[in-house]
Amino acid sequence: MTRHVATALIRLLGLVVLLGGSALARSGLERNGADPLDSPMWENMHERFLAGEDYVFDAAIEVIAPSYAEDSLNVPVAFSVSGIENIQQIAVFADLNPLPMVLRLRPVTVAPAMAFRFKLQQSSPVRVAALTDDGLWHVGSAWIDAAGGGCTAPSVGMASGNWTETFGTVNAGFFPRESGNRLKLQIMHPMDTGLAEGIPRFHIEQLQLRNLDDDSLMAELELYEPISENPLLSFDIGAVSGVALEGYDNNANTFTADLVNP
Amino acid sequence: MASFASLLCAALTQAETLFDYQLQPVQVAEGTWVVPGVPEDFSRSNGGNIVNIGFIETSAGVVLIDTGPSLRYAQQLEAAVARVTSQPIVAAIITHHHPDHWFGNQHFKTLPIYALPETLGAMVNEGDNFADNLYRMSGDWMRSTEPTPANTALADNTLSIGDHTFQLIKLKGHTVADLAVLDTNTGVLFAGDLAFDQRAPTTPHADIDTWLASLDSLGDIDYRLLVPGHGQPAPDDRAIQFTRHYLLWLQNLLRQSAQVGDVPTDVINKPIPAAFQEASLVREELSRSVIHLYPGLEANTLSTHKQGGYN
Ligand SMILES: [Zn+2]
Repeated sequence: MTRHVATALIRLLGLVVLLGGSALARSGLERNGADPLDSPMWENMHERFLAGEDYVFDAAIEVIAPSYAEDSLNVPVAFSVSGIENIQQIAVFADLNPLPMVLRLRPVTVAPAMAFRFKLQQSSPVRVAALTDDGLWHVGSAWIDAAGGGCTAPSVGMASGNWTETFGTVNAGFFPRESGNRLKLQIMHPMDTGLAEGIPRFHIEQLQLRNLDDDSLMAELELYEPISENPLLSFDIGAVSGVALEGYDNNANTFTADLVNP
Repeated sequence: MASFASLLCAALTQAETLFDYQLQPVQVAEGTWVVPGVPEDFSRSNGGNIVNIGFIETSAGVVLIDTGPSLRYAQQLEAAVARVTSQPIVAAIITHHHPDHWFGNQHFKTLPIYALPETLGAMVNEGDNFADNLYRMSGDWMRSTEPTPANTALADNTLSIGDHTFQLIKLKGHTVADLAVLDTNTGVLFAGDLAFDQRAPTTPHADIDTWLASLDSLGDIDYRLLVPGHGQPAPDDRAIQFTRHYLLWLQNLLRQSAQVGDVPTDVINKPIPAAFQEASLVREELSRSVIHLYPGLEANTLSTHKQGGYN
């Protein structure tokens, strides 16, 4: 069987299961059901990143990614959740990546939705798992084909030696959308995985977004090694028009910036 | 129907097993042939035969325009040439550094293989990466193929081989250097990948503004037949027009999307205009182009904000 046929079959299976899932939604989704992408690592992922807790594969979690990575260092992914309330946190991971964990989002006032780019070492499912307050993980999946090499390559900045010129700079933009404001922010950082020979792990670990008006917490974010160099992250932030960003990396560099819609 | 389908299936299976590209030269002018590829991306069923390769019979022997995607292709190309002319192959001119156009060089490495200096450099720098990709995408069709950069840099504006004079038009925009070759004897213009017809243009090394300017230059050339890198040869400028319309649409789409704050995956799933719905690979190439070109445009919509810096 060729790779294409296999991929098509996997997609077809995914579609069938997704359709089945939405039909089941009225009567309740199947708890701890079979992985629609039939990944050999699903059970391992479930234990490692979802603490072995109950899950459903749920079409309410939409994961959008290109079917082919094209640039293994910069694979764009977006996710959103519709019709599920009381989300405590969202975990994003790619089963077959050598470093599977990509990010965790705790959406306090921001929408349970994000876009980012990440490094993908080989073809893999990418999962977005949203934990609701009843202790159930709702999991969405997409399959991405990749040529490879995304995680074992040094960052461009580290390889060229010029990363210090822009290190720590924060760029941002506010965009009015139908659903409110979209915030895009980019922090200049090598985000080295530690898997490239002679280049240690060096990545942003934690970010917080606060409302500049009242200092209330909007979102907390954990970033992991696979997030692409100079991460560009998009959030839907509703009516908020000023955001205080705070964060740090694994070398104890801290990042702060006031982001204001001009 | 069923028996036709199974016959076709059997034929394809056999072609794959024998790694026979079934190359069929099509005569397009006096002493001039094009070996057409299929309007697809590299795959294990087409072995990378996705590109138009040209050849011209001169009084000194046959000149190739590009050498194809693999060693096997080049060997079969030589045999296909021998079916239509008794002249030996004496030289090759490579239009640009994308691997479907020069991975046959290895088979012709004792001959002069001409390319622009920037193309030579890009072949050296990117050959191994291209090889990794092609072995993965085309599989065993690639067996024993080694990236073999061209061996002779083109400096002049013309190249004479036997009784033919080739005008060398140095352009860029599809890649860092794109060579268009006009055979002044026949008026056939080999446009390389500056021109695509009814197949979405590819952008992994593209600069769209530069490419559009190069299309204007191509349009100014007095030719009798234009052979695009991908798509049908034609006596008019349809490939130039198709490529221009597509690139303008793509450029506008990417710019407008960045301005309103779309994320990359929003853009990948935008509707395809009716004008391109009949063309091959538009959705696939849009997805690839977003990945190539959108990060820069997206970053340009952001501005640096007051910050405590880092410490
Ligand atoms: Zn090309």
